[in-house]
Amino acid sequence: MDRRLLIKSAAAVFAVATTLALTACGDKTPPPAAKKADAPKAPEVQVIKIGSASPLTGTEAHIGIDIRNGVQLAIEDANKANVQIGGKPVKFELVAEDDEANPTKATTVAQKLVDAKVAGVVGHFNSGASIPASKIYADAGIPQISPSSTNPDYTLKGYKTTFRVVAHDGQQGPTLGRFALDKLKAKNIAVIDDATAYGQGLADNFEATVKAGGAKVVAREHTTNKDTDFKAILTKIKGKNPDLIMFGGIDPQAAPMKKQMAELGIKAQFIGGDGMQTPNFIKLAGDAAEGAYASIPGLPKETMPGGKEFLAKYKAKFNAEVELFAPMGYDAVMVFIEAMKRAGSADPTKFLAEISKTNYTGVIGPIAFDDKGDLTNGPITIYVVKGGKWEALETVTPNAGANNAPKGDAKAEAPKDAAKK
Amino acid sequence: MDIFLQQILNGLLLGSIYALVALGYTMVYGILGLINFAHGDIVMIGALVALSVVTALGTSMPVMLVLLIATATAVAVCVALGLIIERTAYRPLRRAPRLAPLITAIGVSILIQYSAALVWGKQYMSLPEIVKPGKIEFGGAQITTTQAFIFVLACAIMAALLWFVKTSRMGRAMRATEQNPDVAGLMGVDTTRVIAFTFALGASIGAIAGVMVVLYYGQGHYFMGFMVGLKAFTAAVLGGIGNIPGAMLGGLLLGLIESLAAGYMGDITGGVFGSNYRDVYAFIVLVLVLMLRPSGLMGVSSGDRA
Repeated sequence: MDRRLLIKSAAAVFAVATTLALTACGDKTPPPAAKKADAPKAPEVQVIKIGSASPLTGTEAHIGIDIRNGVQLAIEDANKANVQIGGKPVKFELVAEDDEANPTKATTVAQKLVDAKVAGVVGHFNSGASIPASKIYADAGIPQISPSSTNPDYTLKGYKTTFRVVAHDGQQGPTLGRFALDKLKAKNIAVIDDATAYGQGLADNFEATVKAGGAKVVAREHTTNKDTDFKAILTKIKGKNPDLIMFGGIDPQAAPMKKQMAELGIKAQFIGGDGMQTPNFIKLAGDAAEGAYASIPGLPKETMPGGKEFLAKYKAKFNAEVELFAPMGYDAVMVFIEAMKRAGSADPTKFLAEISKTNYTGVIGPIAFDDKGDLTNGPITIYVVKGGKWEALETVTPNAGANNAPKGDAKAEAPKDAAKK
Repeated sequence: MDIFLQQILNGLLLGSIYALVALGYTMVYGILGLINFAHGDIVMIGALVALSVVTALGTSMPVMLVLLIATATAVAVCVALGLIIERTAYRPLRRAPRLAPLITAIGVSILIQYSAALVWGKQYMSLPEIVKPGKIEFGGAQITTTQAFIFVLACAIMAALLWFVKTSRMGRAMRATEQNPDVAGLMGVDTTRVIAFTFALGASIGAIAGVMVVLYYGQGHYFMGFMVGLKAFTAAVLGGIGNIPGAMLGGLLLGLIESLAAGYMGDITGGVFGSNYRDVYAFIVLVLVLMLRPSGLMGVSSGDRA
């Protein structure tokens, strides 16, 4: 065998590896964005455009369309209520854009919304899209409220225009940690992450909390978000006899991991974040899914303060069930409108300051922002797989009663143990 | 000790799948001197076809029959695919410079991946739980009956292939073509047919490996062939590419290296090289082999062919 040929071949293999990895990263290119709705304009009424940016095509389209529907519902409700701003009648108009869950596309869409002179943007769905887009909105001075992005970095860029109406991962990890300590009584814990910004961040926050709470982290392992074989690290973990295994990552890894735990006869309990709190996790893991715990920001949709009414309204309008973040999208619009009302203007430079002062009770409960634009005391719900379904176990409000007290609203504490235990 | 035994078992199991896939690389390389990058994706197609068949049939038939039909369909589809690729992509380039078929192989690989994404979508698909595997325990380590079945079947296929290549008429023709296609042609061997047969054989073994991956992990995805293919290629080079027993040895060794490295390197190096570097070990081994023994563990150095 020719040595040079082999070396060439090996070089080719690595070249292919990189090329394919790169194509895989940026492969979301479904058909072009949905057209924005051009509603007829009444001349005497001021028209205020509200932007909505989320994936409307591709694998995450169902979640993105859900958000847009929530926004649309809010705009229709506001128009029906004949909202007046600064004493003048106004009409709201939806400008919906498709970011394809793609960070690059997200910046293009953001620029489009800015050019369309929207007063505020509800979006984006993915943290990876919200973060790059936030700079464009910030430069234009247009407020952005994400209904769903949970990466802590989103609000850490120092922009005055970024807000979110969900709890972030920095709150989710500690909540999981406290649940593990208090409710699961875990003493020896193994932590695994998928080496992504989301997974590792969540696992780090969790690890810090359980360590501070006196539990022992017996193993800290890593995998990737492409792997499906965890036998080696699980076997190693088995040797350390943990009573709980925490995984920071998403369902395509969490499911086979839970399955392989069962195959290896590991009796430890299994817990993770919102990345695995999906129907897909149960589908992929099958019977092994039973008994897995996972958290997700927000209340269970049925137990949201305005949940029942909202679900019925949504069903009547779209003839579909709420997927996930429609209530957050709805509330985000209402936060904009309330701020405009208080400021007496739909000019972002005027009402932006009012958003930070928001103290509004929406579908998802009380909404107030801290100085970074994060939801104060955003509730986090912990679920368990029972009988092949995710069942809400308890709802935790981070920082409840702690130094970061809610801004003057007695109702700000979310109901504990909202669902049946 | 039971943990160590478990790691060895994990490694052997993973390695037996790598070995099966590596056979497809090594057989084609042996005969054509071509690294068929599309082979990993043929494994993926086999996996997804089997997954679809099992999903469609569900529990309407006995489990073994469902698996048999799924495997047969996967093999049929993959053999057809292998033959089409060989006929349309590689055969026209047989006399071309070596770089041309190599680049074509990469193109074919991407083509298959995204065709699969069109057919099956880009989401992960799950295998319905049609079989409840029992557990086998020995020495404190445990494997499921499915895994034992996969391992035994993989070994049986490898043994059968060795026997086939050593003793059958077609096997002899394959070896002759491998040594020198031109002379083999002069001796009356229909090398075109032998090459097509090799592709079909490699694809059918790849299809079975795909079914095993689906059975083992319970899920499939259009991009799953890429990593499997890369690992199997490493295994083939490790054992000496072009050498059939070498691919088997390389596969098993690679599985063991990955398992033991992920299981023990973290503790040995005090957490510096932990399980996050699991995939790196495979490629460190590849680089070392290329540096120290370019023809692989069982490969024989040979000059360029006439």
